[in-house]
Amino acid sequence: MSQPILQLIILFSILIVVLAIGGMLIWLERRLLALWQDRYGPNRVGPFGLFQVVADMIKVFTKEDWIPPFADRSVFIIAPAVIVVVVLMSFAVIPFAPGIEVVDLNIGLLFFLAMSSLGVYSVALAGWASDSKYSLLGGLRASAQMLSYEVFMGLSLMGVVMLAGSFNLREIVEAQRHRWFVMPQFIGFVVFFIAGIAETHRLPFDLPEAESELVAGYHSEYSGMKFGMFFVGEYLGITLISALVSGLFFGGWLGPVLPPLAWFLIKTFVFICFFILLRASLARPRYDQLMAFGWKVMLPLSLANLVVTGAIVLMKR
Amino acid sequence: MISLLKTIWTVFMTMFRKRVTILYPEERPYLPPRWRGRIILSRDPDGGERCVACYLCAAACPVDCIALQAAEDEHGRRYPEFFRINFSRCIFCGYCEEACPTYAIQLTPDFEMGEYVRQNLVYEKEDLLISGPGKYPGFNFYKVAGLAIGGKDKGEAEDEEPPVDVKSLLP
Repeated sequence: MSQPILQLIILFSILIVVLAIGGMLIWLERRLLALWQDRYGPNRVGPFGLFQVVADMIKVFTKEDWIPPFADRSVFIIAPAVIVVVVLMSFAVIPFAPGIEVVDLNIGLLFFLAMSSLGVYSVALAGWASDSKYSLLGGLRASAQMLSYEVFMGLSLMGVVMLAGSFNLREIVEAQRHRWFVMPQFIGFVVFFIAGIAETHRLPFDLPEAESELVAGYHSEYSGMKFGMFFVGEYLGITLISALVSGLFFGGWLGPVLPPLAWFLIKTFVFICFFILLRASLARPRYDQLMAFGWKVMLPLSLANLVVTGAIVLMKR
Repeated sequence: MISLLKTIWTVFMTMFRKRVTILYPEERPYLPPRWRGRIILSRDPDGGERCVACYLCAAACPVDCIALQAAEDEHGRRYPEFFRINFSRCIFCGYCEEACPTYAIQLTPDFEMGEYVRQNLVYEKEDLLISGPGKYPGFNFYKVAGLAIGGKDKGEAEDEEPPVDVKSLLP
C-alpha cells in the first residue's frame, strides 16, 4: 500500500477511535462514579448498559438547538466547536504505538501546549457570547484558571524534555526504554497531572462550571449538541491528558508481552479512571484557594524541579 | 495533602463494598406486612363481604378518592352497592384502614399498579374485593355485632348476653 493512503487510514482510524472513546467515557464515568458510590449506574440499555451512549446521543441530537436572542450568534456557535477542534488537533502528535501517529512532529510537545492554550478561547468566548452573568463569571474563572495553570503545565514538562533531549513525543517515549520518567520526574508528573485536571476543568477544578454556584457556568445557555460539544471536548481532554501522562511519564507503548498499542491503551485507561476517581472523591476548592495553590505552590514547585533537573543533567554530562 | 490522599483511597476502597441498590424487577425488595400499598376489600371467614358501607373510609380520606353507595340486602345486612377507589388520587395514607370498623378495607404490600391509561387506575368493587379475610383471619363482624340480621336475632351474637327486658321488675 502506498504511503499517503496508509497515512489517511491511520488518521481516520485515530479520529474515529478517539471520538468513540470520548463517547464511551460518558458511560464509563457514570458507571465508575456509581461504583464508587455503592450504586450500579446505567446498566439497562444493552450489555452492561453500554448502549446508554447511543441513547444519550439520540437524545442530545434531537434536543432543541436553542440560541438565546440576546446572545452573540456567531461567537456563540463557534465557541463549542473550538474546544473539540483544538483537542482533536492535539491528538495529531500523540504516538499511540510505533508507526501509529498522525504526524511525527519534532516540536510535538510544544504543539500540544499551544493547542491546549487555545482551548481557553472556547470557554472564555462561550462565557462572553452567552451574555448572561453566570456564563460570564464561568468564562472569567475559566480564563484565569487555565491561563495560570498553563504556565507551570509547560514548565513541569521541561524536566522530561531535558532528560529525553527532545520535544518529539516519539523520542521521549523511546528514551524511557530503561526507566520511566515518572521516577526521576515524580514532581513533574504530579504538577503536570494537576495542571491537566485544571486544563480540562474537571473536578476538583471545575470552577468554570461549578453547578452549585454558577448554574452550569460558561455553558449555562447552551443546549442540544452545542452543549454536547463542550461535553465531548471535556472527555476528549481527559483522554488527551491521560494519553500524554502515560506517554511522557509512564513509557507510553513500552511494556512486555502485550502489543505496544495495548500497553498504551491500558496505561491511558488507568489514568482516565483516576480522573474519574478524583471527581468521585474530592470537593471543589474556593476560587482564591485555587489561584493561590497554582501560583504559590505549583509554580515554585515546578520551577524548583526544573532547576534541580537541569543541574543534574548538566552534572552528568 | 495527606487528608486528600486518604479521601481518594477511601473512595477507591468503596469499590469492593456491596452495593446498596436493589436491581428492582429482577430482585424484589422486602416489603413488611404492614406496608401501605394497593387497597383491597376483604371478606369475612364465611365468604360474605365485610364492608358495611358506613362511609367512614370515604369521610376519613384526605384526598376524597373513595366513593361508595350503601345498600341493604333482604337479611338486613348492609353492603356497598358500588365501591370505587380512584388510585390516581390515593396517597396511600392508610386512614381508611384505620377508620374502618369492620376491617374490610385494608392496605397490602403491593405497589406495582402502573397503568398506561389513567382511567384504568379507577378500581371498582370487583377489582378491590379479594376472596379471603386479609390481615384479620378470624374476624366476622356480623357474628360479634349486636345488630339483628336475618338468621341471627338480638342476643345471639358471640359473647353476647340475651337482651334485658327493661319493662320487667324481676332481678
